[in-house]
Amino acid sequence: MRFTILSALAALWLSAPAAAFEIEEETIFGDGPVLISVLSTTDTGVFAPLIAAYQAQNPDVSVRYVVANSQEVYRAIHDEAAAFDLVISSAMDLQMKLANDGFGRAHDSDAVAALPRWARWRDQLFAVTQEPVVMVASRAGFDGLGLPQTRAELVQVLRDHPERFAGRVGTYDPVRSGAGYLFATQDARQSDTSWRLAEVMGRLDPQLYTASSDMITAIQNGELALAYNVVGPYAQARLAGDPDAVVILPEDFTHVLLRTALIPTSGEAPDLGRQFLDFLLSEAGQQLLSEAAGLPRISAADLADGPALRPIRLDPGLLVFVDPIMRRRFLDEWTAAVVQP
Amino acid sequence: MRFLLVEDNPDLGQAVKSRLSLDGHGVDWAMSLAEAEEHLAMAKYDLILLDIMLPDGDGRDFLAAHRRARRDTPVIVMTARSAVSDRVALLDTGADDYVTKPFDFAELEARVRAVLRRRSGAAQTALTFADLTFDPLAATVAVGGETRDLRNRELRLLEVLIAAPDRIFSKDHLHDRLLSASEAVSDNAIEVYVGRLRKKLEGSTARIETVRGIGYRLTTT
Amino acid sequence: MSTRRASATGSIRRRLVVQLLVVAALLSGLLYLSVRTVAATAVDTTQDGILGAATVFIAEELRGGEQGVSIEIPYAAFSMLGAVGQDRVFYRILVGADTVTGYGDLPLPDWVVTGLEPRFYTVPYQGAELRVGAVARSVLVDGAQVSVTVLLAQTRTAQQTISRQMANRAALLGLGFFVVAAILSMFTARSVLRPLSSLAQALGRRGPQDLRPVDRAVPSELIPLIGALNGLISRLRAALDRTETFITEAAHHVRTPLATVRAQAEIALRQAGDDDTRTSLRNLIRAVDNSARSAGQLLDHATVVYRSDQRADAPLDIAAVLADMVEGYRPTATLRDIDLHLALPDQPVQLAVDRLLFESAVRNLIDNAVKYSSPDAAVDVSLTVAAARAHLVVADRGRGIGQGAASTLTRRFTRGSNVSDVVGSGLGLTIVRDVARASGGQFDISPREGGGTCASLSFPL
Ligand SMILES: Nc1ncnc2c1ncn2[C@@H]1O[C@H](COP(=O)(O)OP(=O)(O)OP(=O)(O)O)[C@@H](O)[C@H]1O
Ligand SMILES: [Mg+2]
Repeated sequence: MRFTILSALAALWLSAPAAAFEIEEETIFGDGPVLISVLSTTDTGVFAPLIAAYQAQNPDVSVRYVVANSQEVYRAIHDEAAAFDLVISSAMDLQMKLANDGFGRAHDSDAVAALPRWARWRDQLFAVTQEPVVMVASRAGFDGLGLPQTRAELVQVLRDHPERFAGRVGTYDPVRSGAGYLFATQDARQSDTSWRLAEVMGRLDPQLYTASSDMITAIQNGELALAYNVVGPYAQARLAGDPDAVVILPEDFTHVLLRTALIPTSGEAPDLGRQFLDFLLSEAGQQLLSEAAGLPRISAADLADGPALRPIRLDPGLLVFVDPIMRRRFLDEWTAAVVQP
Repeated sequence: MRFLLVEDNPDLGQAVKSRLSLDGHGVDWAMSLAEAEEHLAMAKYDLILLDIMLPDGDGRDFLAAHRRARRDTPVIVMTARSAVSDRVALLDTGADDYVTKPFDFAELEARVRAVLRRRSGAAQTALTFADLTFDPLAATVAVGGETRDLRNRELRLLEVLIAAPDRIFSKDHLHDRLLSASEAVSDNAIEVYVGRLRKKLEGSTARIETVRGIGYRLTTT
Repeated sequence: MSTRRASATGSIRRRLVVQLLVVAALLSGLLYLSVRTVAATAVDTTQDGILGAATVFIAEELRGGEQGVSIEIPYAAFSMLGAVGQDRVFYRILVGADTVTGYGDLPLPDWVVTGLEPRFYTVPYQGAELRVGAVARSVLVDGAQVSVTVLLAQTRTAQQTISRQMANRAALLGLGFFVVAAILSMFTARSVLRPLSSLAQALGRRGPQDLRPVDRAVPSELIPLIGALNGLISRLRAALDRTETFITEAAHHVRTPLATVRAQAEIALRQAGDDDTRTSLRNLIRAVDNSARSAGQLLDHATVVYRSDQRADAPLDIAAVLADMVEGYRPTATLRDIDLHLALPDQPVQLAVDRLLFESAVRNLIDNAVKYSSPDAAVDVSLTVAAARAHLVVADRGRGIGQGAASTLTRRFTRGSNVSDVVGSGLGLTIVRDVARASGGQFDISPREGGGTCASLSFPL
């Protein structure tokens, strides 16, 4: 049943209808004479302090900030050539596809030159934050059991206590969520354990989500005992004062999502896009991202601190799972594993 | 004085020999180096007059050998070459002086005198007459013990006169002895020198007497 | 010293250097090109290697089946393309003639893709140059053979960057090579030409009389030159010897009879009684002296002119030479009761002047002073050093140079109007002037204050 729906959705996505892309929120900051349009997957509230700081430096610029989900963001640029001056998205694979296919403009500045090599691709795609992908567990849910620190331990505990975790594990739905798809494909390529995990979770009738925040809410209100593949900074911010929820960075490996920015060729004010990007990468911008927006700054040192932390590589490999055949193939396999008959 | 003349040209040799004899010098004439050696072995000479180009060798080689043998007879070379190019070379070989052919006999004599004076070891040459003691090399005359310097021409005049006291010398003869043959001089030149010499001999018992119409002679009062 | 300079038809050293530089430049260029080509080939080969491996990797995963061709692109296949640089990646997979996935407009090669080994081609695509690896596989679909073509492409930015870097290095290498070669070629040119220049120096250092054959050890290439030079030197020496012998013999043959005549005339003069005979004998003697004097002066002048072309020898202490000469002249002066006074500085006076030239000049000056003075006079010879010059002055109280320009007296055979009674050829001052010119000195003759003549000769020290 669910399979058909998923398949249908997949088919819908693949056929790429001509309909305009779907936006979630659009805000215009300031009323300066010059306008910069930013398309982003990040909530307006998270980005507002950065926009304010940027406008403090550039008072005559008003900022149109449009939020959409990652696939819509991709569609807006790839299919509709929507006029945005900067695109910020957490879907690294789709951003990579845009850049590879020539939708990005070259940009060179001191700020981007200072980025580590793993945090940029060519002169087109630049990481602005690094966000570990984590597990969130409820102490109550795991009462009496040790909290798993690796995927293997998680597989073990889920397999040993199906009665306790049935219906109480959640993860991203890769079919509907771009980020979920990215995490799932990266999991799959990283280790076989993740396929076993998918199977084990499949037997437990998992809850599927399209946003990290929903999973965190479900943990908090006790619906879930474990949420797998949650964007870390959100969880840390939301669960800071929660004695029950535990954020776990898997010790076998922890993906680090790079939120990337690209200056689309379709934009009307690319220089403003460059300026805004340089601001995000500046010391002030990075600090604001870390502290006000809660999105960790790009830092090689921070990565070195956690030996299991692995930034998802910005390389052509990301293009593999954007391929429609590969996508269908992956989702088929995933669905077969998770959605058990 | 006694000269050894080494000259291969018979005419020139004869002429030089005669000319020197006229001034009262004894001259032995050798026409080759070998002959010169023979003469040198037999007699003692005051001076050797040496030609350069000789049938049996180069006069310069003879000169060098002469010096090597530490024979101290002074040598004056008679060169037919230009003065400048030979001067240094000849003097370096050990010649005491040189004259360029053709030479003025008065000058030759002056040079001989200079050479002999330089070699103070030469024989005593002082001549005396009355209360005069005449030293031609030192160019002095002593009148009763009082030495007086003579100019060259006075000296030579006295030399001529004192060689034959009481003999009357004609003006022409004195002219020829005192002055260079090519020199143009005034007619009364001899009177002038005789006058000067008389002054130098003042107070002496010897005096120069004018023999009217003939010449002069040295005599005592 | 007007030594004529040979005209130069270019310099061997410059020619050598230029040729070596041209060779060096060619080699540098060749080096640059070959390094570049090798580098570019290496870079291309590297790209083709990775691209080929990735293409084959994808092809290996192709499977047949009942539903159709199963395609699986290994993550690593794409990922490895990022190994060398960050190049854009394009791909296209065709089953038969239909594109099943990838970029449908990626150009196909103009040859048929077959075989297990990937083949490569370069095409323009989306404004960039693409290197495409192509490989084909046959798979069984529903019992039928289906050909599947895999095209995997990559832009060449990284390759071009590396190539450019290598080209720059190659250029730098070529330039470095050129610079080193240039420096070496200078050295080479110098060392090749060193024997030549040291030979020239050795010849230049020789004194005017030095006509020995050259017997330096030289490189074999110079031996013919040395041979020719020695031939020339020996011919020159023979010619000079002949000339010298001629002059000497001529002088001897002329002067000896003259000496005979003069001696005989003197004897005759001694014996002659009447004034007419005496006068004509005197005239005869004067004539003999005159012709001997002329011959001697002519010869001396010729010698002076000949020596003027030679370079000056080691410095000469002219004070000593002057003293020596005055001493040598004293008997002649004394003969006429003329006193020669000599005033010299305390120190030796060193002057780079040819001794023969210097003596010729001095001899003629003293000769004139004595000759043109009346008996009993004095001649003052002095040497002083002032203002970096040596001043030689010969002053007399004689008859003076009379009316007329003093400068004309230095002309050949020019004599004053008041000296007909004195033997002379009129060449003496010409010799003095020529010596002054040849030695960079200055000659001046002028009336002396209080009567007489003052001749001065000065040389820069
Ligand atoms: N000291 C001097 N006193 C007077 N006149 C002089 C003196 N020096 C040179 N002259 C004049 O200059 C002329 C040229 O001199 P120069 O020495 O060239 O010739 P010369 O003496 O006549 O002959 P020679 O070549 O034999 O020396 C002389 O004839 C003479 O008139
Ligand atoms: Mg003169």
